[in-house]
Amino acid sequence: MSLQDIKHIALVLSGKGGVGKSSVTTQLALALSLQGHNVGVLDIDLTGPSIPRFFGIESAKVRQAPGGWLPVQVHDGQEASDKTNGHHENGQEKNSQSGHGALYCMSLGFLLANRGDAVVWRGPKKTAMVRQFLSDVHWGPLDYLLIDTPPGTSDEHISLVETLLKSATPEQLAGAVIVTTPQAISVSDVKKEINFCRKTSVHVLGVIENMAGFVCPNCAECTDVFSKGGGKAMATEFEVPFLGSVPIDPMFIRLIEEGKAPVYPEGTVVDGQDMHQNGEKSEVGDEGLLVEKYARCSLCPVFAGIVRGLVDNINVTAG
Amino acid sequence: MAPSLEEPIQPVDDALDSHLRKQPALKAAPPEHCPGPESEQAGKQDACAGCPNQAICASAPKGPDPDIPIITERLSGVKHKILVLSGKGGVGKSTFTTMLAHAFASNAENVVGVMDTDICGPSIPKMMGVETETIHVSSTGWEPVWVSENLGVMSVQFMLPNRDDAVIWRGPKKNGLIKQFLKDVEWGEMDYLVVDTPPGTSDEHLSVNSFLKESGVDGAVLVTTPQEVSLLDVRKEIDFCRKAGIPILGLVENMSGFVCPKCTHQSEIFRPTTGGGRQLAKDTNIPFLGAVPLDPRIGMSCDYGESFFDNFGDSPACEALRDVVRNVAEVLGMKGEDVLPLDD
Repeated sequence: MSLQDIKHIALVLSGKGGVGKSSVTTQLALALSLQGHNVGVLDIDLTGPSIPRFFGIESAKVRQAPGGWLPVQVHDGQEASDKTNGHHENGQEKNSQSGHGALYCMSLGFLLANRGDAVVWRGPKKTAMVRQFLSDVHWGPLDYLLIDTPPGTSDEHISLVETLLKSATPEQLAGAVIVTTPQAISVSDVKKEINFCRKTSVHVLGVIENMAGFVCPNCAECTDVFSKGGGKAMATEFEVPFLGSVPIDPMFIRLIEEGKAPVYPEGTVVDGQDMHQNGEKSEVGDEGLLVEKYARCSLCPVFAGIVRGLVDNINVTAG
Repeated sequence: MAPSLEEPIQPVDDALDSHLRKQPALKAAPPEHCPGPESEQAGKQDACAGCPNQAICASAPKGPDPDIPIITERLSGVKHKILVLSGKGGVGKSTFTTMLAHAFASNAENVVGVMDTDICGPSIPKMMGVETETIHVSSTGWEPVWVSENLGVMSVQFMLPNRDDAVIWRGPKKNGLIKQFLKDVEWGEMDYLVVDTPPGTSDEHLSVNSFLKESGVDGAVLVTTPQEVSLLDVRKEIDFCRKAGIPILGLVENMSGFVCPKCTHQSEIFRPTTGGGRQLAKDTNIPFLGAVPLDPRIGMSCDYGESFFDNFGDSPACEALRDVVRNVAEVLGMKGEDVLPLDD
C-alpha cells in the first residue's frame, strides 16, 4: 500500500482550466518543502501533464521497483545549516541557507516516449491509470502528498475521490484546495467544483485566488488583468476559508520557463521584505536548485503565508 | 496488479475506431483494462474474464453507430463546421469561440450556431449573456437558445436546475449528451457551426470527431498562449488532430503581450521563451492566424456577457481579433473582407 506512510493528502482542484492549478501545486510544494516538510506531488492530468515542466524535470524517467514505480526526485532533504533560528513563527528565516524537505514527483509525462505525444484515452483507461498512480507509487514517508488534477468534474476526479475514500484513512485525506482566477467566468466554473466536493464529501481546505493583478515592471502600476476580488467573494458565499491572493509575477514565469533566478528592481517590497536586497545577498545563481531560486521569488513569502494557513486548516481537520 | 512501463498508451487509431461503433448497454462498470465494449476484442480479452458484461459485449453487433447517418442528416443544412481546440485549459477557447461567432454574426446575412461541448465547465452561456435561459423542446427537436436574430447557442448549462450544479459525469454519459446535441438539436439552415471543446484529448474530442466525420468538418482552429507550458499541451493536440484526420485551419496565439494602461509599456506576462505560437506553427507547418494581445476589457466583457466588438470596437485587441477572423475566413476559402468588411 503506497499511501500508508503519507501523513496528509491534499487535492488541488479547479473547475476551470489554465487558472494555475499546476502553478499553485508547484508553489505549495516548494513552500512546504522550504518549511522543512517532505512533499510528494502526483499529477493526474493525463492528457495535459504540466508538472514535469514546472519542476524542470521533463527529461526524467520513472524507475521501476519491485511491485511499483519510484517517483522522480526533484531534490533531497537538507538539514538547516543554522538550527538556532529554525523556529521563528513568521517563516521568513527560510532563506536559501536554511534546510528544506525532500520533494518527489509522479506524472504521466515521465512515462511518455515523446513529449509531443498525445494521450488519447477514454474514461476506463484513465480510471485505471489514476488507480495505478495511487496504489503503485513508492512514495516512502511523506508529510504531504499534493495531487494536481485536470480541469472539470469527470473521470479522473471521480476515480481519484473514489479510490482515496476507499484506500486512504479519513485522517490522511485532508481535503481539497480550490484554485480560481478573479474573473466571473472562472468563478462560475469553480463553484461547480465546490459543489463536486460537497457531493463527494471532500473537505474544502480553502480557496486560492491566482492571477490577481499584474504589477507593471516599468512603472509599478498594478493592473487587475483578470478582474479582482472574485475568489474572496466566492469563498464568503460558500463559507469556505480564503487562503490568499496570488499576483502574476513575470519573474516566477521566467524562473519556470528559463530556470533563471528571480531578480527584482530596487524598491520591490513584498510582505515587508525587500526583494531586491534579498536577491543580492543570496549567492544562488541560475544553476542552483529550483527550491533555492524560488526562495528569492516575490511569490515565496506570499505562499509561505498561504501554506501556514493551509497547514493550520489541515491540522484542525485531522483533529 | 503489477505495473507495466511498456507502452501505456493506447494507439490512437484504436480509440478513434472503436468510437465510431455502436455501444451496447452495460450492466456494470467496465473493468480496468476493458478493451471498450464496442471494440472487436470485446468480451474476448483477458480483462473480460469474470466481467459481468462479458456476454453482452461478446454478442453485441459490431457495426457502425446507427445514429451517425441521423446526425449527418440533421446537420446537412450547416455549411461550415469549425472546431475550436486546445490541449490546455484557460487559454481562451471559449472567448475565441464567442468572438468568432459574434464576428460571423455581425454580418446579418449569416446564421451562426455555437455548440459548447465542455460538459463539466461550460462557459459559453455566460460569455454570451444567456446563462439563465433554458432549452425549449418542440416536436422536431431541441431549440437552441438564440442570443440574437442570427446567433444560436447550445450548452449543458441550459439544462441545469441550478446555475452552480456540478456535472459529475464519466465519459460515456458525456458522449451521450454530445450525441444528443448533434442529433436532437434543431440546428436548421446555418452558415457556420462553431464547436467549443474542453481542454485535453479525451472522450469529448473523440466523440465530436467521430460523430461529425461523416458530415464533414472544415477543420480546427487551435488556441494557445505564448508560454511553453501551454505550447507543450497544444503540441499534443496537433498530434491528436493529425492522427484523427482533423484538418487544422491554423493556430491563434492569445494573451500575447500586455500593454500597461498607465505607462503603455508592453510586458510579456506569458513569455514566449520557445518562440511562442508563431514558432510552433512554423515548426509543425500549420498556418499562423494571428496574435491577440491581453486586454483586461475582453475578460470583463466576457464576465458581463457583452460583445467585446460592440463595446470596444477600436481597441488594438479588437483589431487583432478581426484580422484573425478574416484569416479564418480566408483559410475556409472565402474572402476575408466579405465576412468582416474592413472599416475604412
